[in-house]
Amino acid sequence: MRTALPLATALALVASPALATTIEVTIDKLVFSPASVQAKVGDTIEWTNKDVFAHTATVKGGWDVTIQPKSKGKVTLKAAGAVDYFCRFHPNMKGHLEVSP
Amino acid sequence: MFIRPTAALAALLLAGAAPYAQAAEKPTDPQIAHIAYTAGTIDIEAAKQAIKKSKTKEVVDFAKDMERDHEAVNKQALDLVKKLKVKPEDNATSQALVKAAKEERAKLAKLKGAAFDKAYIENEVAYHKQVDSALETLLIPSASNAELKSLLETGLKIFQGHEQHAEHVAGMLK
Repeated sequence: MRTALPLATALALVASPALATTIEVTIDKLVFSPASVQAKVGDTIEWTNKDVFAHTATVKGGWDVTIQPKSKGKVTLKAAGAVDYFCRFHPNMKGHLEVSP
Repeated sequence: MFIRPTAALAALLLAGAAPYAQAAEKPTDPQIAHIAYTAGTIDIEAAKQAIKKSKTKEVVDFAKDMERDHEAVNKQALDLVKKLKVKPEDNATSQALVKAAKEERAKLAKLKGAAFDKAYIENEVAYHKQVDSALETLLIPSASNAELKSLLETGLKIFQGHEQHAEHVAGMLK
C-alpha cells in the first residue's frame, strides 16, 4: 500500500504531458505552412525543412531554432501568448503562433 | 561605388522594356539559366572576399549565409539544366555582370575594416535589389520551361530574403 501514492503521483505526471501534442509545420520554397498555428503551452512545434537551404524559426528576444536542409527542428512552447517568428537567414519568411495556457 | 553591377542589370531591364530594339529580345531559357547562375556565382565570390577580409562577426556570418545559399541554388540550377538537357548560353548580360563584379571586387579589395564592411554590405543590398527586379520583371516572365520558372521563383524569394538580411546587417553596422 505504501507504493500506491507514489505510483498515483507517477501516473499523474505521465498523464499530464501526454495531453501535449506535436504540431507539424512544413517549410517548402521559403514558406512556413501553415503560416499560423494554434497551440497550447507544453505543445511542441516541429518544423520539417524540405528546402536545400538552412532556415531558422526565431522569435525576437526569444527562442531560436535552426533547421538544417532536408531535416527537422523543434521547440516546446513554455509560455502563453501570441508570437511572431521569422527566419534569420531570410527575414521575408514569417510565421505566427497563438499559444493558449 | 556599386553603380556598375546595377548598371549592367539596368541595361538588361531596359533591353526587356524596349521590344523593338535589337538587344531587346527576350532572353532564351539557356541565356536565363546562364544569367541566373552567373548572378549567384558573383555573390559567392563577393562572400568569399568578405569572409577573408572582414573582422566583424555579423558581416562574416552574413557572407557565409550568402555563400551557402547561393551554392545550394546554383547546384539546383546545374541539376535542372542537366535534367532538361539545356546548355547554359553565355550572353552580353552575363558578361556585363561578370565585368562589373570584377571591378567591384577590385574596389573592395582596397578597403579595410569598417570601410570594407560598409561597402560590402551596401553593395549586397543594392545588388540583391537589382537581381530581384531583373528576376521579377524580365527573367521569370521570359522563362518558358515551367521547372526553370519555378526555380527562378524560389531564387527570387531567396534574393528578397537576402536583401532584407543585408539591410538588417547594414542597420547593425551604423
